[in-house]
Amino acid sequence: MATPLVVSEVSKSFTMHLRDGIRLPVVNDVNFSVAAGECVVLGGPSGIGKSSILKMLYGNYAVDAGQILINHRDTDGDKLVDIAHADPRTILDVRRRTLGYVSQFLRTVPRVSALDVVAEPLVARSVPATEAREKAADLLGGLNLPKELWSLPPATFSGGEQQRVNIARGFITDHRVLLLDEPTASLDATNRRVVVSMIARKKAEGVAMLGIFHDEEVREAVADRIIDVSAFSPRKAVAA
Amino acid sequence: MTDAPLLKVSGVSKFYGSRIGCQDVSFDLWPGEVLAIVGESGSGKTTLLNCLSTRLLPTAGSVEYRMRDGQFRDLYHMSEAERRLLMRTDWGFVHQNPADGLRMTVSAGANVGERLMAVGDRHYGKIRETASDWLTRVEIGTDRIDDQPRAFSGGMRQRLQIARNLVTGPRLVFMDEPTGGLDVSVQARLLDLVRGLVNDLGLAAIVVTHDLAVARLLSHRMMVMKGGYVIEHGLTDRVLDDPREPYTQLLVSSILQV
Repeated sequence: MATPLVVSEVSKSFTMHLRDGIRLPVVNDVNFSVAAGECVVLGGPSGIGKSSILKMLYGNYAVDAGQILINHRDTDGDKLVDIAHADPRTILDVRRRTLGYVSQFLRTVPRVSALDVVAEPLVARSVPATEAREKAADLLGGLNLPKELWSLPPATFSGGEQQRVNIARGFITDHRVLLLDEPTASLDATNRRVVVSMIARKKAEGVAMLGIFHDEEVREAVADRIIDVSAFSPRKAVAA
Repeated sequence: MTDAPLLKVSGVSKFYGSRIGCQDVSFDLWPGEVLAIVGESGSGKTTLLNCLSTRLLPTAGSVEYRMRDGQFRDLYHMSEAERRLLMRTDWGFVHQNPADGLRMTVSAGANVGERLMAVGDRHYGKIRETASDWLTRVEIGTDRIDDQPRAFSGGMRQRLQIARNLVTGPRLVFMDEPTGGLDVSVQARLLDLVRGLVNDLGLAAIVVTHDLAVARLLSHRMMVMKGGYVIEHGLTDRVLDDPREPYTQLLVSSILQV
């Protein structure tokens, strides 16, 4: 099987047109790959471009140059998709079938219950609603989210509760690549351990994961390899 | 991923005399896809929407639609009768002002039932049953079925207009500022409803809005218009999280945070 995720020679900058077109370089010449069953952690200080890399991989940020190859599970077999150049429709299909993302914050939708927020990625892949909800309930239960909250929209939940909804939503599918942006940031020790074991299970299933973890204990527990993002920082090159 | 687009738009322009309404707009729309057209007032959003939905004859360009038999037909080379049939059955058009899309002096049930009769339904009991089912889906109590929309609030009227449009099972719906005149709590309810219906029915939709939050919630893809031109086009979250064009950056940075 092809490597699930290969990033080569990617660079990214922001041009701030409202600030006289000032150009902010973010990363330069990013090269790495993630194998099936591997959890790779992006390391380095805040502001070095870790989240930006995840957002480029997910298609949220445009890419100035380079390639991001995902081994996409298409309806008629596997095929390599270059996220950096794919059209919106293809990116949406990749997100639906192959590429998952657990963001730091949950973007809530008015009036949709926590259970349905979690079940949605499965429903979008035509899994029957009752089956998807059962699986969502399993995940939320595993993450110790009080049952009274399942039928409420998560907008009023605490930070840790929202994050658990977000994690459950990201882990519910069998996507072969998962991006994790500080999924444990606002969790207590018990739930951090739950997430660590969920990541271990995904690894055993052969999922390729790329994450940002500031919590050292979690990082120790899940990382197979740490990539120092400051190596891709254009600022370092200027300083040196 | 192997299916064909539903709508193929190429080089559509509309001039009002020497003024530009919209110029050289091209895109494909696929089944189940929601496209948002955003931009400030006067940017050409509504002109474009009207050109696409045959409500306004474009000066140049072509709009092709894939009919239920799988054949593409140029909308501007159809007979008037064919075009009308298309608008009554396979398309919906949700106006900003519900009074433009509803008949204000007939009952809510008849507003929904009328579209069914237009596609050949004749059985009164069945029509009333379907109408009442659709009123429930858009959260209007069935005890209001015999009331005229004149007696409805703005939010209810807008929901009724949506029911009237969706009852014939259209494949493509055009919406012009569907949440325009509504207050925010009513807006949230309507958006959630539209989002749910679009997902359940697998509709394709083109939504004109100046509200970026509406675009974020409803659409997969987004086009930003300025001065009649499409200046930026892409995945909705890409355009909003990483806007490239000066005007798009201005739009995104002008959103008020609550």
